[in-house]
Amino acid sequence: MIAGINIYEILTLTSILFFIGLYGFFTRENLITVLLSIELILNASALNFVLINTYLYPDLLQGAIFTIFIIALAAAETALAIAIIINLYKLIYSVEVKDTETMKY
Amino acid sequence: MEAILFYILAALIIIFAVASVTSRKILRAVIYLLFVLISIAGLYFLINYNLLAAIQLTVYAGGVIVLFIFSVLLVHHVELELEKTPLKRKIIAGILSLLGLGITLWSIFTYTFKTATTTYSSIEVRDIGLKLLSYGDGGYILPFEVISVLLVAVMIGAIIVAKGEKLKEN
Repeated sequence: MIAGINIYEILTLTSILFFIGLYGFFTRENLITVLLSIELILNASALNFVLINTYLYPDLLQGAIFTIFIIALAAAETALAIAIIINLYKLIYSVEVKDTETMKY
Repeated sequence: MEAILFYILAALIIIFAVASVTSRKILRAVIYLLFVLISIAGLYFLINYNLLAAIQLTVYAGGVIVLFIFSVLLVHHVELELEKTPLKRKIIAGILSLLGLGITLWSIFTYTFKTATTTYSSIEVRDIGLKLLSYGDGGYILPFEVISVLLVAVMIGAIIVAKGEKLKEN
């Protein structure tokens, strides 16, 4: 628990981070930058798990374990998505969302 | 002192997150994301979750960001600027995000959390490891195994997808 900080300030911080990621997800037109926004969203939720665990149930470990799972999932998702993006670039020489009309070849 | 550190880290996180989703140079956006991730690791250190901070630094700053930079350098010129997003879409996305943020904050601030009063010490790595491998009540052996299988599957899948077939002429 952070001395002098209550849980509302922390939840405000993570909510702002989440919706910044959502804004990026809506406005970006490049597949890599869309992935960056997804990373922001996942990090906001992981931070939420840890901080709520710390503030409300400090003697349990669930938040930390779920955060480890979220980080593993985020790494897996990034690796696979970047593989797809590179393959797509080899096919159509572009990674813009508007050029991505077919994913099957 | 801890409160001041928290405010500094929070300001860094928000500033660099905004810079990361609005920057038009793609490599800079990736580096801003790196700063966001490092600041989040700082927050983990601040609440004594040392293991999570280490995982955050190694997996994200060490692995994911390197992957991003690698793919950016592979598919873009470094100096290339992204296209400008139409103003209309920016406005609509901003309104939607602010609306969602408002609803979320409203529901957070109208709920009274029962903050725990017990004293809190740092979490040992040993406890997390035992919990992950315990098959008793509340153990996490099954999700742990599932995530291991998932990581192997993703590794094989990424290799196969990125290798691809020989390009057909189109």
